[in-house]
Formats: sequence, structure tokens, C-alpha cells
Amino acid sequence: MSYSKPKFRHPDLPKNELGLSKTDYEGAISTLCAGCGHDSISAAILNACFEMSIEPHRVAKLSGIGCSSKSPAYFLGKSHGFNSVHGRMPSVATGANLANRDLIYIGISGDGDTASIGVGQFMHVVRRNLDMLYMVENNGCYGLTKGQDSATSDLGSATKKGRPNMYEPIDLVALALRLGATFVARSFSGDKKQLEPLIKAAITHKGFALIDVISPCVTFNNTATSTKGYEYIRSHADNMEVDFVPMREEICTSYKAGTTQQVCMHDGSSVHLHKTAADFDIHDRQAAMEAVYDHKKEGRILTGLLYMAHDSEDLHKVLDTVPKPLNALREDELCPGSRFLNSINEGLR
Amino acid sequence: MKATDINNPEYFHKVVDCQYGCPAHTPVPEYIRLIAAKQYTDAYMVNWESNVFPGILGRTCDRPCEPVCRRGRVEEKPVAICRLKRVAADNKDDVTERLPKIPTRKNGKKVALIGGGPASLTVARDLMPLGYSIDLYDDQAKAGGMMRSQIPSFRLPPEVLDEEVNYILDMGVNATFNTYVDSLKSVLDKDYDAVFIGTGAPSGKNLDIPGRNEATANIHVGIEWLASVAFEHTGSIGKRVLVLGGGNTAMDCCRTAKRLGGEDVKIVVRSEFEKMKASPWEKEDAMAEYVEFLNCHVPQEFVHEEGKLVGMRFEKVEVVYDEQGRRNLVPTGEGPIYLECDDVLIAIGQDNTFPWIERDIGLEFNRRGMPVVDKVSFQSSCQRVFFGGDAAFGPENIITAVAQAQQAAISIDLFCHGKDVIQDRPGPGVTLTSQKMGVHEWSYDNQISNDGRVHVPHADKEKALSDRKVEVELGFDIELGFKEAERCLNCDAQTVFTGEKCIECDACVDICPTDCINFLMNGSEKELRQQLRAPANNRDQDLYASGKLKQTSRIMIKDENVCLHCGLCAERCPTGAWDMQKFLYNVTKAGQTCAG
Ligand SMILES: Cc1cc2nc3c(=O)[nH]c(=O)nc-3n(C[C@H](O)[C@H](O)[C@H](O)COP(=O)(O)OP(=O)(O)OC[C@H]3O[C@@H](n4cnc5c(N)ncnc54)[C@H](O)[C@@H]3O)c2cc1C
Ligand SMILES: Cc1ncc(C[n+]2csc(CCOP(=O)(O)OP(=O)(O)O)c2C)c(N)n1
Ligand code: SF4
Ligand code: SF4
Ligand code: SF4
Ligand SMILES: [Mg+2]
Repeated sequence: MSYSKPKFRHPDLPKNELGLSKTDYEGAISTLCAGCGHDSISAAILNACFEMSIEPHRVAKLSGIGCSSKSPAYFLGKSHGFNSVHGRMPSVATGANLANRDLIYIGISGDGDTASIGVGQFMHVVRRNLDMLYMVENNGCYGLTKGQDSATSDLGSATKKGRPNMYEPIDLVALALRLGATFVARSFSGDKKQLEPLIKAAITHKGFALIDVISPCVTFNNTATSTKGYEYIRSHADNMEVDFVPMREEICTSYKAGTTQQVCMHDGSSVHLHKTAADFDIHDRQAAMEAVYDHKKEGRILTGLLYMAHDSEDLHKVLDTVPKPLNALREDELCPGSRFLNSINEGLR
Repeated sequence: MKATDINNPEYFHKVVDCQYGCPAHTPVPEYIRLIAAKQYTDAYMVNWESNVFPGILGRTCDRPCEPVCRRGRVEEKPVAICRLKRVAADNKDDVTERLPKIPTRKNGKKVALIGGGPASLTVARDLMPLGYSIDLYDDQAKAGGMMRSQIPSFRLPPEVLDEEVNYILDMGVNATFNTYVDSLKSVLDKDYDAVFIGTGAPSGKNLDIPGRNEATANIHVGIEWLASVAFEHTGSIGKRVLVLGGGNTAMDCCRTAKRLGGEDVKIVVRSEFEKMKASPWEKEDAMAEYVEFLNCHVPQEFVHEEGKLVGMRFEKVEVVYDEQGRRNLVPTGEGPIYLECDDVLIAIGQDNTFPWIERDIGLEFNRRGMPVVDKVSFQSSCQRVFFGGDAAFGPENIITAVAQAQQAAISIDLFCHGKDVIQDRPGPGVTLTSQKMGVHEWSYDNQISNDGRVHVPHADKEKALSDRKVEVELGFDIELGFKEAERCLNCDAQTVFTGEKCIECDACVDICPTDCINFLMNGSEKELRQQLRAPANNRDQDLYASGKLKQTSRIMIKDENVCLHCGLCAERCPTGAWDMQKFLYNVTKAGQTCAG
């Protein structure tokens, strides 16, 4: 027997600035395994979009293949979506973004989809600083194909099958930092308190924003021998508290002087980082790389916002495209005609 | 906040709102599921065990269960619990074989029941199967008390009443009718081991204002008039009738008057419409029969010409709240209002009177003239004498009479066996069983129906108004009954949490349609109530808290308020930390501790 979600909701559910309630941001009921970290990430995205009062039709969800890549079906049911080919979400996202710069692009990928088959596309989309939120739902395995080790699986970590992984992992955060990403964060599906503000900041960020979210696969990789299980992450993570304060809103959390770092975003909102886990300048790429490396050396996992560029220029800025979305241009605006072509040709003679 | 002790039966009992709200604690979801499964006889017996008169109550119950029904908190209207009871009664097979067997060898104890209403009948029902010899005395010609003398036939057909009353009398109760007991002392002088007083609140309040005595021929006390209609001493009334009062008795008076020739029937009442005591559905039914309501009218005088009633004078008032928030009725000053009429029915309340109880036999009365009765045991200050129903604490309703009488029966049984009526009182019987059958499979129907409340079909109005014996409500047929039964949320399928199994994956939090589940750092209940995903402002509803969890030291807190008992939390929990378990709570009956 299958099951469905009842239509009744809590009668006192709040509404956001658009007069919408969370129900308006729901998607189909999940078909992932019960307890999958990916479902929590879906819920975090839903909450963030609701609280930011984003109109659902202004979002495009893009994904590749995998359990993670299936998950866009389970949130923001009224948004656009494109479930593409394994490892090829970045090129679809690039095309979509170039055609319509007005949408908010949320890419959902897995560690297999990104670090294995899709690593080439991933590197280029980072380099190009495409304006999007790129979430890797990182469970250290290929969940959909029954739990084979993926390229992010740590050396020696063992899934349910029991054989320790023999290869060095790709650290997507380190890779993105190395390739010039302008917003890099790491988080954990089981920590919405941190994940939700990170998503809000990433959506606000102008340019490519990576959140590598460790997201346990309960079915194949939540063993005592795995470094991507709930218990392991909870006992090995050093979490940086993150707050996102939207533009025009009072800052209500007060921290002890010198313990927080306030980071202003381009639209006037700000991110507040509580520096207990690591103390480095969030605009210092080198320092971020070192902090990630140092934690790893100690067997720890550093989570939080790790790096954000001061002055990010996204792909449209670099290419100097017109402000109007290309798909909204009329044919005569897009194609100026043979007279212009002739004059260009003349100029090249 | 301390972790919830789910081993205390009262915790989960409270979650089953309807059962908790029912004075007799009828296991409502249990019988509703049986109706949905078309097991009407079983559904009837579950009711009969708990409330003795399912067919009667399925038509007349005051239904304290419905305003508290969880469904009313997640959508507009509660489940039609009461009318579903009638579906069980209407569609059951012969139940005589299922009724308790009455031992031929008696236990040697004799009990007298004074009054033959629902209270006394319930005591008989509970004690007869235990071998008691029971003498019942009533001043009416048949048993049933006010269910027979007051509740009109168009709400409760006599056949339905007879059937359920006879189940009890046929157990071998030695009933003496048409006999008014005029001395308790003389009863006590006989060799009864215990005496139960279930004489109700038989006296209707009078309205002593000018003209009352002169015009008395056309001024009637409501309950006396209803009884004389029921016993066919009265068969007609004038064309223009004023009914004074705003309670259920007033509603029965005006609707009965409509059927006996009253054309212009008005309810005239002191309070405003919203504050009238009558149940909302009784008001609706009266209005549907073209009864006019005049609120904020205070009676001043009966106007008569040569001893013949011609009308009444009223003063118009308005409701004013003073600084202390007290409600006052203040005259508007617009002068007296005169209403012409042929008859007046006074339905402004009932009193208890005990002229037949001697005051020198050791039975204490309080200053308000009521006997001193223990709220738990229903024993009076005279150890051998027990009270129940309207006689115990004033007029209530049938289900309260039944519930009290069951407790009194337990006490009588304990008392007759030389046990302490408080200390030796049995607790409830409870069981908790997992409902999981397999993947996505539960032994109850956890799919939630989105349908609104089904209306009960009514008889043709012209026909109903022309004959006081035509039952107005037709009841749900099988199909409508099924549809309504499906609205029940199965609140007895409890969400049981085992913290040791939880890996804090958040799956239950994310799936819960009504945002009940939370994982937070512990704090005071007051703080926690505000920190939940949806603030828990309904303080009547408990928070279910776990102990500290392994991975993060947080606790699980569930607000019981609007949980749909849909089981999705258990469905989505990877470790079985949530389980849906059926909680069955049974009020212990007389005899279950004194057996043998
Ligand atoms: C008009 C009206 C409508 C009502 N409608 C409803 C309704 O729809 N639903 C509901 O739940 N409740 C209703 N009630 C209330 C309900 O009828 C009573 O609460 C209930 O019957 C009380 O039961 P009881 O056994 O305590 O007493 P009663 O039903 O009053 O029975 C007491 C019996 O004892 C007899 N008696 C009294 N004194 C003596 C004596 N000294 N010797 C011998 N016999 C004696 C009386 O004649 C009567 O037969 C209504 C009441 C009225 C007045
Ligand atoms: C081109 C291609 N190669 C291989 C596959 C088989 N395949 C499907 S999903 C998957 C791995 C997905 O892993 P990941 O992205 O980590 O997602 P997860 O299921 O773990 O969330 C693979 C190899 C495919 N669908 N397409
Ligand atoms: S297989 Fe793993 S990743 Fe896929 S749904 Fe199940 S738990 Fe999630
Ligand atoms: S049964 Fe579970 S999922 Fe359903 S409403 Fe209740 S707590 Fe939420
Ligand atoms: S779904 Fe189960 S394991 Fe996961 S948080 Fe809820 S109770 Fe715990
Ligand atoms: Mg994966």
C-alpha cells in the first residue's frame, strides 16, 4: 500500500510576506528511504524559501541523476524543474541561466553526480561563477545504485558492504576553493539551524555558491565504520554557528564582542558567523583552505560558511550581457539583421 | 521539562479527546472503526458496555465528546460521534445472546433502587450479573425516568427506549411501578444491604411574578407539561404560545407546542442568543421548525382578563460588562414590551427536592438542601445509601447519570463485600499494542478523509410537525455512516516514542503534516511551548517529552494538540523509534475486583 500526506495543516501556521504558508512550498511526498538525509535538506530548502518569501515560480530546480537528484520533486512543487543527465546538471544550469537571468537557480546534485561522473562539468561551472546555489547532497556513496563508494568517500571508510574504501577522496570544498569559487560552505543535513541560514545566504549571493552538505544514506552508508553516518558526523564536526539577517531586519542575536564576524551581502542583508569552531577571515581564501585542511588532519570536519568573495562578478557580468533576460528579447533585438552584419563584416575587411 | 511518563494511563487517555470527554469514557474510536468495518453489533456492544443506552444516547446524548473532538481543531466540525452511535444501534443484529448471563444462584445481597431513570437502571445493569437481588421503585407506570416523561417522542421513539430499558428489567429486576416512596427510613428499615437513590431532579422552577396565580389555567411548568403530553393527559395547546427559558427543556417545550396546535410559538429568554444554555443543535432544530427567538427580554407580568391569560409584559435589557468583567443585564429603558398569547410554558430550570427523606436518619444535607455525597464513591453520609444521576449533584444529562451510577455500583459492590469504597477502588484497565503490520501497512486505516461533517437527513417537515410521534432525525444510512466514520482520526492509535532508537535524522519532523514534532534543547515547559515549530498555545493539550537523546543531548517534544494520528512519523522513521500503538482504556466495572 502506498501512502499520501493528509491535507490538514496546523491551524496556527504563520504566513510569509507573500501571504503564503509552508504548504505552498511543499512538493510530492518523498519516495526516498525513510530517514535519508536528502529529505532533511529538501525541508531546509523549503523553509529557507518560505522565510525569504520567494515566489515559487521564480525558482528553477536543476539536478542530475541519483537519489539526491530525485529530491527536487519533493519540495517547491510549484517551481520550475529540470531533472537532467548524470553529471550534466551544470551545463543545463548554465544554459538556463544564460537564457533567463531573472530566475533563482538551485542545483541539486550528489557526490557521485558531482565528484565522480560530473567532476569535469562541476569544475567549469565553478570557474565561470554562474549565479546559482549548487548543493551537493554528499553521502559518500551512490545511493541510487545500491551504495557503491563514491569519489568523496574517505580513505578507509566502509559502507554496509563492509569493504574499506581504497582511494583518496575528493574534497569538493577544497576543490571549489582552489578553482576560485566565490561562496563556499559545508554543512550537515541533521543541522537545519546552520543549514537554513547558509541556504539563504547562498541564494542571496551573486555568483556561484557551493554548499557541500553531508547527508547520510541510512540504507547503505550509516554504519559504525562509515565517516558519513549520523553518529560519526555528530561526534566529529566542529560547527560554526551561522545567522542570516535579511535586509531591513533588526539584528536580534547578540554575541560577545570579538566573537562574531558580520559579513555584508550585496543587497544589504548580512551573515553573522559565530567563531567558535574556527577563527579566520571569511574573505581570506588561503585561510579557508588551511582551516579545512587543518581540521581534516585532526580527524575533524569543519562546517559553516568557509569563504565568501568580497566582490563577486557572476557570469553575466563577465560576459557583459544585457540586463533583460535573453529569452525575453524580441527577435529584432536578438538579431539586428543583415545591415549590422554587413557593417561588422566591413569593419573586419 | 520532565520526560513524559507514558506508563501513567491518564497520559494517553487524555490524547483520546472524545473518550476523555465522555463521562462514561466510551472507547469512541474503537466503535467508530467497527462501524466503518460494518460490524454494527460489535460496535453496539462496545457502547452498551460503556454507556448502557446506545440507541437512546445515539439520538439524545448531550455529547460532551464532540466539542472536544480533535477533528474540530484541525477543521470546522468534529466527528458526528453521537449519530454514529445510532448507526450501530439501528443496524445491529439481535444482541440478547451477548448480554451478560444472570446467575440463578444469587449472592445473597439485596439492593433497593429508588427511581427508575437511567441512573438506577445502570446500577441494576451492573449489579444483576453479579448475583444481586434488586428491588426498584418508581412512581411512573414504566421505567426510564425523564427519558420517558420528558424527552419527546419526535427525538426518542418509545420503542427504542423500551428495548434498552427492557434489556435491564429482563435481567430479573423486581420493579414496583406507580409507587412513590415517601419515606427513606421505611426503606432502610427493610433488610437491604444498600440503597441507591436515583430520583432525579423532579421539580420544575416556578416564575412568581404578578398574574401567576390568577392566570394559572394557561400557565404551565415545562417539565410537568411535557410529562403530561408524554403520558397523553394533554393533547393540545393554544395557537399563540410563549416559552420562557433558553435551555434544552425550553427547546423541547416549543417544538412539542408546535405539534399540539401552537402556530405562533416564541422562545422568550433573558439572556442573549449566544449565552442561551441550549445545545447549538437543539437551537438549530427549533429554528428550523419556525420557532421565533426573542432574546434579552425579562418577564414582568402575566396579563389576564377576568382570570383568562391574554398576554405577557417584558422589559427589554442589554448585556453590559462591568469593570470586574461581570455580566449584567441592564434595562434599555425603552418601556415594557407586550406580547399576546394563549398559553405560557415556564422552562427556567429544575430543582432537587427530597421531601421524602427524613432529616433525622443520619443522612446529611448541605445548606442548599442537597445531600452530602462523595464525588468519587457516590456514598452519602449514611454508609448504606448511595446517590447517582440528577439526584446526586443536580440536573445534568443521561450520560452523566450513567457514568455516576457505574461508579456508585462499584461502591455498592465494594461496600457489600466489606471493602473500602475509596481505597479498594480499581483503576482502569489499559492495553497498548503496536499496529504495525508491514511496510506502509497498519492495522488501522491511517489515511485521513478530507470530507466535511455529514448532515443527518430529516423527515419531511410538514409530516413531522403534524404528529408529535414522528421522529425528526432519520439517522445516517449505512453509506453516510461509513463516510462519517471515515472522518475519525483514530486518536487512540498513539504515537509512542522510544528515544534509545532515535538517530535524530529529522525525518519525522519533516513529514509531520501538522508540525507536531520537534527536537530542542530542554527548557521549561513554558519556554518550550513558544519554541516549537508551531507555538503550542492550547494549554489544555499536553506536550509529550522524551529524555535526553544520545547524539545531540536534545529532547524530542511533541505537541499533542493537532496530531492527526496519521502514522507518517512512524512510517518515515528509519529505526522504529516512533510506533503507532493502539491504546485501549476501559473503565473498570463493578465486580471486576470483588469477583468470587
Ligand atoms: C425536557 C427535558 C429534556 C431532556 N433532554 C435530554 C436529552 O436530550 N439528553 C440528555 O442526555 N438528557 C436530557 N435531559 C436530562 C435527563 O433526562 C436527565 O438528566 C436524566 O434522565 C437523569 O436521570 P436520573 O436517573 O438521575 O433521573 P430521572 O430520569 O429523573 O429519573 C428519576 C425517576 O425517579 C422517579 N422518582 C422521583 N422521586 C421518586 C420517589 N420518591 N419515589 C419513586 N420514584 C421517584 C421519577 O418519577 C423518575 O421516574 C432532559 C431533561 C428534560 C427535563
Ligand atoms: C551516464 C550514467 N552513468 C551511470 C548511471 C547509473 N547511476 C545512477 S545514479 C548513480 C550514482 C548516483 O550517486 P550520487 O550522485 O551520489 O547520488 P545518491 O543516490 O547517492 O544521492 C549512477 C552511477 C546513470 N544513471 N547514468
Ligand atoms: S538509498 Fe540512500 S541516498 Fe538513496 S534514498 Fe535511500 S538512504 Fe537516501
Ligand atoms: S501521527 Fe505523527 S506524523 Fe501524523 S500528525 Fe501525528 S505526529 Fe505528525
Ligand atoms: S524519524 Fe525516527 S530516527 Fe529520525 S528523528 Fe524521527 S524518531 Fe528519530
Ligand atoms: Mg551519493
